[in-house]
Amino acid sequence: MNSAAPVVELVDVTRSFPGPPEVRALKSVNLTIRRGDYLSIVGPSGSGKSTLLNVLGLLDRPTVGEYRLGGVLTGALDEAQRAGLRARTIGFVFQAFHLLPRRTVLDNVLLATLYSGVPRHERMPRAKAALERVGLGHRMQFMPTTLSGGERQRVAVARAVMASPQLILADEPTGNLDQRTSGEVMDLFEELNADGLSLVVITHDEKVAGRADRSIRIADGRVSEL
Amino acid sequence: MKLPALLRRRRSGAGAAAATAATVDATRRVDRFTSQDLLVEVSHGIGGHTGRLVMTTLGTVLGIASLVVTIGFAQTAAGQISAQFDAVAATQAVVKPGSARSANGDEVATSMLPWDAPDRVERLNGVERAGLIGEVPIGETAVTAVPINDPSAPEVLSPTLLATSEGLLEAVRGRATAGRYFDAGHDARADRVAVIGARAAEKLGINRVDSQPSIFVGERPYTVIGIVDDMERRPDLLDSVIVPIGTARADFGLQSASELQLRIAAGAGALVAEQAPIALDPNTPENFDVQAPRSGSELQESVQADINVVFLVLGLIALLAGGLGIANVTLLSVSERTGEIGLRRALGATRRDIASQFMVESVVIGLLGGLIGAAVGVFAVVAVALVQQWTPIIDLPMVLGAALLGAVVGLAAGAYPARKASRIEPIAALRAGV
Repeated sequence: MNSAAPVVELVDVTRSFPGPPEVRALKSVNLTIRRGDYLSIVGPSGSGKSTLLNVLGLLDRPTVGEYRLGGVLTGALDEAQRAGLRARTIGFVFQAFHLLPRRTVLDNVLLATLYSGVPRHERMPRAKAALERVGLGHRMQFMPTTLSGGERQRVAVARAVMASPQLILADEPTGNLDQRTSGEVMDLFEELNADGLSLVVITHDEKVAGRADRSIRIADGRVSEL
Repeated sequence: MKLPALLRRRRSGAGAAAATAATVDATRRVDRFTSQDLLVEVSHGIGGHTGRLVMTTLGTVLGIASLVVTIGFAQTAAGQISAQFDAVAATQAVVKPGSARSANGDEVATSMLPWDAPDRVERLNGVERAGLIGEVPIGETAVTAVPINDPSAPEVLSPTLLATSEGLLEAVRGRATAGRYFDAGHDARADRVAVIGARAAEKLGINRVDSQPSIFVGERPYTVIGIVDDMERRPDLLDSVIVPIGTARADFGLQSASELQLRIAAGAGALVAEQAPIALDPNTPENFDVQAPRSGSELQESVQADINVVFLVLGLIALLAGGLGIANVTLLSVSERTGEIGLRRALGATRRDIASQFMVESVVIGLLGGLIGAAVGVFAVVAVALVQQWTPIIDLPMVLGAALLGAVVGLAAGAYPARKASRIEPIAALRAGV
């Protein structure tokens, strides 16, 4: 992987869903995200945010156009290769946290090492370090259901950074949090960003969007810089 | 052991750039989702709902248990049946002259048993004792204890008159309850002696022989020298008056004996069946019909062949229900864990990883049911055998096979849910907020 290459490079990406009627959710999107960028994406529902997230996260393929992730042309990869690339390059954070309710906090974080090929002997120290970093070193053996919303989202962030990704994709990360904890979580994201991680936050919240260095609006499948 | 490698079909990344190949190789490391990881995830998936797991395995447990019980009982019963046969039937053989249909439809004998038949066959290996039996045709002649012809008395059914050689009592395992059986001397001299079966003796009013009672066949008197009982193989002897063959030939002109009873050593059936006709008539041995016990293995095979089909079918139906139960619960679990599946996909799991996880979960549930069911079945067979004082006979490979059958049921049941799980769209699943 070329470290000089942009982390994300979308060139004329179009994603259409065969109809009838045919729906073009993304229309000729061009987007470049460099290492260390902090980007927010805003837009009304139905504007194509989900589709963009799917494409960025390698969970969907563009119908037309090129997508380079970390310099790798993803269009030529098969499903297993895309899954591997996704595991090692992208960390996801979701609105609903998505922690497994019957597993400990530590197990939830370790889940990220299963599919990314982190060597077995490194798994435990890395998970502990990640939890320490998000300030939850004292909650490792807790069940997620006993944690507050802010703590849960910090566990999810720890899980997202486990495989040392280049890009964090956060989908409405503060949607289920109150103002204070959402500020704490955003502070955590910004610390990670300061360490050189590229950060993409999809949000409705103008305040959250406003904290980003760059903000883009997506409307009717078209992207515009703000 | 590299299970996921087996489950994951490798696809060639033809056309991919060199950089791509390097990326991909890096993810193909031994540390990515090994069978160990898979089993840990599976055990968490299964262990999460203990109560549900019990309900899920129940159908498979019942199905496998009923199969094991059915087959186990059939095997045990086969063992018991052949043990019973050993006691009575396996040591008894009968030779009869062959018969053919004559032009007017009557059965006629095609050969005669020689008078010295017992001597001939007793020289064979495996034959312990032999005796001839012939029915003496006496027509309307009455067999009575008193020679009085009373026209006013109601007519009574008189006992049949049989003629036998001296060895017959031992050949059919009878025993004399009073007096004795006649011997070769009585036979050779054509003495007018008779032995009566226990029931015939009761009818005739004879219960002791030390006073030398007589019975009359027509007007000829015969001295009763014994009363016999316990002839399991020829219970009709109990209702008969028996005279020596020599006497029957002299007094009634007996033409031939109707059958030869043999007491043989256990396991000698096949040998005796082959040799006895030759000993009786070396020129035309095919003219004799021999009923001899078959060897034990043949017998067991034939009994095992008619394993109770009904119970087998019931077991299979229970198994089918068990499989449907597993499929149902796995499907429920898939829809409950939609969010988890989306998360795993986002974390880099392939469709195949997801499918294999649910597949192995359902196989493990099936195997668990199979193991419990096989154990329950074995215990049931052993317990019943214990109560009945039988020897339990269970084929061990059959039990292991039944346990594995549970895993196969799980495999079949898991196929559809696993396929469904692997088709879940990650982002849709993750946004659903499960």
